[in-house]
Amino acid sequence: MRRLILLSTIVCLAVGVAARAQQVQAPVHVDGWGKPVPEKPKDYKPGPAPKHDLSGIWEPAQGWRAGVQATGARDFPSDRTHTLPFTPLGEQTWRSHKPGFGVTAVEIQYNNDPFNICDPIGAPRIMLFSLRGLQITQTPKQVLLLYQNSQVWRNVWTDGRQLPKEFDEPRWYGYSVGRWTDDYTFVATTRGLDERTWIDNAGRPHSDQLTIEETFHRVNADIIELTLTIDDPKMYTQKWTALNKFRLGLLPDSFDIREQLCSPSEAANYNTTQAEAVKK
Amino acid sequence: MKKILVLAGLLTMSVPVHAHHGNASVENKTVVMKGTVTEWLWTNPHTFLKFDVKDDGGNVTHWTAEWNNPSTLVNFGFTARTFKAGEQVTVTLSGVAKSGAPIGRLKSVLLPDGTLMTEDESVGK
Repeated sequence: MRRLILLSTIVCLAVGVAARAQQVQAPVHVDGWGKPVPEKPKDYKPGPAPKHDLSGIWEPAQGWRAGVQATGARDFPSDRTHTLPFTPLGEQTWRSHKPGFGVTAVEIQYNNDPFNICDPIGAPRIMLFSLRGLQITQTPKQVLLLYQNSQVWRNVWTDGRQLPKEFDEPRWYGYSVGRWTDDYTFVATTRGLDERTWIDNAGRPHSDQLTIEETFHRVNADIIELTLTIDDPKMYTQKWTALNKFRLGLLPDSFDIREQLCSPSEAANYNTTQAEAVKK
Repeated sequence: MKKILVLAGLLTMSVPVHAHHGNASVENKTVVMKGTVTEWLWTNPHTFLKFDVKDDGGNVTHWTAEWNNPSTLVNFGFTARTFKAGEQVTVTLSGVAKSGAPIGRLKSVLLPDGTLMTEDESVGK
């Protein structure tokens, strides 16, 4: 019995010493000023959805990095089970893109992702890759989307204007108009997009004929469900859904969205270092 | 390099997600070594820890290892000041360059005070 007690004591001491030797900090979700995001009480119940109101600071509700989408659009990732309805041109264009992730992933020296050199990430990829903090602000004539990634914004006009049929000047983030289809559902339509951007991190292509439709449905005070569809007859034979009711959760209004910029000099340093990694 | 302890050649471990560059240039294996920090780069799209490792013959290898971006690491207690030049640390890599260059991907770093800096890949998803 004494031996057993002695052995137990030694084991406990050893475990204690090991625990002291390696202290791991528990993960704490913090904002840009390093302030922890308070957890909601277990019995917390969100209030009702306000009408015609998306304003607030949001991030993926499932987790703060649930919007990373490394292998492509969350609901249509580039894997062995999801096959996009490419046109011949779409397939050919996709094969010319050399992403770092997905079924067509290549080693870094062959990667031709335009974001590698900090070309603008563009729409819809701003929603389909590294979607983190998102502040939504409304004015009488616009809904403004302010993104953590790349610290860019998009403006969705709500003053009744219509999208033109032709665009003389395609834009990285396109031209957007929106409307409320009911008290809690806002639909934004975007066209006039620059063809140089990729749809997602897996290199899915788009043409100048791309139409993005985003449906923001306010479920309650704390949750928006976002559905994003891709319609591009040049590249795809039918519409496809990139995000299907992707949940965004409301953050405290004191949450500071941290800076997450693609700096050309830092990216160049990264690319140089990685180029060293693949030298034979 | 003799001090490098290769715990396992190829492990069936989760592959960390590193932005848009991918993992195709990296061989997944765990490597543990002691070294001296030379620089901690708190940059996008990835952070870098640079450190020197001395072998039994006194030869020094300059290692560069990348970690996730600051937006992710801040949630695990990292800051721009987590590592200081001159500190003796124990570095665990989850992958190294297939080419054999002294470049890797970080899994954890044990600081001199016993704090283990690491990122739990399952958190926040």
